[in-house]
Amino acid sequence: MKLLRTIAVRALVGLAVGGLGFLLVLPVVSLLIRTPPGELLTRLGRPEIQQALLLSLETSLLATALVLLLGLPAAYLLATRQFPGKRIVEVLFELPMVIPPTVAGLILLLTFGRAGLLGKSLGAWGVSLPFTTAAVVMAQAFMAAPFFLGPVRAGFTTVEHRYREVAATLGAGEFYSFFRVMLPLSLPSVLAGTAMACARALGEFGATITFAGNLPGVTQTMPLAVYVEMQQDLGAAITLSVLLILLSFGLLLALRYGQSRVR
Amino acid sequence: MKRSRSVVTVLSLFSVLVASSSRTAAQRTTTLTVFAAASLTEPFSRLGKSFEAAHPGTTVRFNFSGSQQLFLQIQQGAKADVLASADARWMQTAKDSGLVEGEPVLFARNELVVIVPVANPAVIKRLQDLSRSGVKLVIAADAVPVGHYTREMLARLSSQPEFGSNYAQQVLANIASYEENVKGVIAKVQLGEADAGVVYRSDAKGPGASQVSVLTIPDAANVIASYPIAVLRGAPSPELAKAFVELVRSAPGQESLENSGFRAVGPGVQPSP
Repeated sequence: MKLLRTIAVRALVGLAVGGLGFLLVLPVVSLLIRTPPGELLTRLGRPEIQQALLLSLETSLLATALVLLLGLPAAYLLATRQFPGKRIVEVLFELPMVIPPTVAGLILLLTFGRAGLLGKSLGAWGVSLPFTTAAVVMAQAFMAAPFFLGPVRAGFTTVEHRYREVAATLGAGEFYSFFRVMLPLSLPSVLAGTAMACARALGEFGATITFAGNLPGVTQTMPLAVYVEMQQDLGAAITLSVLLILLSFGLLLALRYGQSRVR
Repeated sequence: MKRSRSVVTVLSLFSVLVASSSRTAAQRTTTLTVFAAASLTEPFSRLGKSFEAAHPGTTVRFNFSGSQQLFLQIQQGAKADVLASADARWMQTAKDSGLVEGEPVLFARNELVVIVPVANPAVIKRLQDLSRSGVKLVIAADAVPVGHYTREMLARLSSQPEFGSNYAQQVLANIASYEENVKGVIAKVQLGEADAGVVYRSDAKGPGASQVSVLTIPDAANVIASYPIAVLRGAPSPELAKAFVELVRSAPGQESLENSGFRAVGPGVQPSP
């Protein structure tokens, strides 16, 4: 009876893992098989593909920097402070993870667009965000921020309270102890959050096309180029897809190695 | 014991999954699947309702998308009965790929118009104003039929003396975004983010009509889109598909299209251009 049960459980687990592999890994493999490396390299030389690749790299790095800069203090406060309405703030920060990207783009337009809530005042200063590279960075940062805040905040929370207390009794100010105690101790989480945010920014599509539009060289990132090329040149779309997958794979793999080094 | 119960739970979950996937086969009603260009959303939704009323037990299911997307989906094996395209080009491609049963027929025409936000921040009063530097223009990408027509229309205007040969070039330099479908163009003009956009007359009559003003393009330079419709090869319900095509080309069908801003082509069989 017991043996039978063990076999049944193992079979089910095997089935589930196989199913997941089927769903997640097979499409990637099939894409890579379809594309001969030589053809990939030739297409890589095409200006419109290079343009999209460079723009994607530029914007996703800027968006990651923005998320890091704005997110680090927020994650720290959420991990160390209690205040009324904290849960609501937490949920608000998580929201971009679950809302459809097109909705995110629309609310960005309604806020920072020319006719938007803040956009009108921006317009008075001569600043117009939609259809600019800055808008791409904003859309990416908006969508990527929760992927940074989640792990980093969790990382800060796990640094034991007494470390900070010891630092304080030794005369370290909060600022000093943040950089010398908290940050080094939670570096793996910060790395994880940064890489996840960067990968999310790299893959951003819906919010970008809604808020920033689609203009080659200015706002057409790789995911947008894939979508547009799919309608006229499937080969170019496949090349861009392979590039995107390789980039994201490399990024996440580097994160794994980086983390094991730091630990 | 607890563990074996969880095994049972998992197994029953599986059986629910299997059962739900086979449920469609047991359904009594017939479904007619129509793949139609996004610009047909309003009139076709209305026609779908009257078709359901005239054919009890039939459900009309629509897939509204860009013509090029529809073609790709059908080519990749999507099951559909009818294809109504906003572009003779994509219908021809579908026919050449052996996806169409019989000959496609023309059922409507649609002309291009320029739309501007009601507030008209860039003060666009006539087509010439589109070439003024600083105007933010949004059009559809070249792969989308309406984007393709827009470029053709601009080229035709350039050959007219009152516009000048640089007109198209100057207008194209003002483009802020190539949207991936016509609804994206309308949304950006409606929100006031773009100063102007080029869409079909039928789109300018759609739900956002009160937020935009329309500039008409002279017939001589306008590109008038032809909408062909066809029954697809391997259609699950070919008889219903034919009946739907007939409804679209009947007098009430044409009237419904006219109400949405399309130009009727009149009943009678005409080959698609």
